[in-house]
Amino acid sequence: MTSTVIDTISVWAIPFLIGFIPLFGWLRGVKVYETFVEGADEGFKMAIRMIPFLVGILVALNIFQASGAFDAVIHFLSRPLGHIGVPSEVVPLILVRPLSGGAALGVTTGLLQHYGPDSFVGRVASTLQGSTDTTFYVITLYFGSIAVRRTRYALPVALIGDLAGFIAAILVCHYLF
Amino acid sequence: MVNVVWLLLIVGGLVVSAMHHSMLAVTQAIVTGSEKAVEIAFGFVGIMALWLGLAKIAEESGLMQGLARVMSPLIGRLFPGIPKDHPAMGNMLMNMSANILGMGGAATPFGLKAMEELQKLNQVKDRASANMITFLAINTASINLIPATVIALRVAAGSRNPTEIVGPTIIATCVSSIVAITADRIFRRIYRDRHPNG
Repeated sequence: MTSTVIDTISVWAIPFLIGFIPLFGWLRGVKVYETFVEGADEGFKMAIRMIPFLVGILVALNIFQASGAFDAVIHFLSRPLGHIGVPSEVVPLILVRPLSGGAALGVTTGLLQHYGPDSFVGRVASTLQGSTDTTFYVITLYFGSIAVRRTRYALPVALIGDLAGFIAAILVCHYLF
Repeated sequence: MVNVVWLLLIVGGLVVSAMHHSMLAVTQAIVTGSEKAVEIAFGFVGIMALWLGLAKIAEESGLMQGLARVMSPLIGRLFPGIPKDHPAMGNMLMNMSANILGMGGAATPFGLKAMEELQKLNQVKDRASANMITFLAINTASINLIPATVIALRVAAGSRNPTEIVGPTIIATCVSSIVAITADRIFRRIYRDRHPNG
């Protein structure tokens, strides 16, 4: 029931906004098309502005993965985390989730195919994937785009939130499934 | 701290690679990483242009300011010092709504626009303001009611009940948001004590 309501909202959200915003603007006397184009012009610049941050993250992450360092960290952490109820299969996902959305999606896809979506690992992976965002990337991009260099306590706060989300995801799956 | 993590990924990776003799693979990965970055950014151009165009209409027509005013009793407390109908508020709200509804492509342009607006209110331009950090804390915890991508992945993998993870996801995402906001409040207080002008 709730999921169909949510599905309906999600299907309608974008078409609704694309119809409603210009209509509202027109009723308020805004030259809608000219204004749209003027705003859209910024899209290219904004996308270009993302490039340095994306290059920074993806190159660093690729080095870490291709070198085998990532596997070493996973190997090192799997056992202690396993003792506290974290399935060792999802450890890579926990580590990669805050760093790269694309890589996390790849890991989740792999887990779902290998262990099956309805297995415990599959369910935990699905929940982890959906419940937080790529923290490190968002922080570098958002602050970088306005040339803020001193990010102060932003990263610790965001990572604490991520960690809480991971713990909650694993506990809820243990409890429900 | 961001600097340290970044450096650790690179130097740590290179040291391990020297031990594993995987330098060739690493060199290859560096090249593909930088190419991929440009690919992703260009893939964003269209959707960013679309949403920034609509955002401009919403701003000129007063819709953004109106939205900010209506919602400000709810989230105004989280962002002290931002005027009620400031465009920063409207853009942050649009960003949060886009995240909640799973409109991933729309969240980034509104988020970056919100940061621009917050920067106008920021007194020390190269240092993050407390409100920026609160916004990012909420943003990275990403309250997300419709994990559409995950559901699609589960369908593709042949799940018997692809949406069964929606409930757990909502619980986890709420926990991470609440904890992030609480941590932000605590840090905000510590930093204000240490930096009387911050």
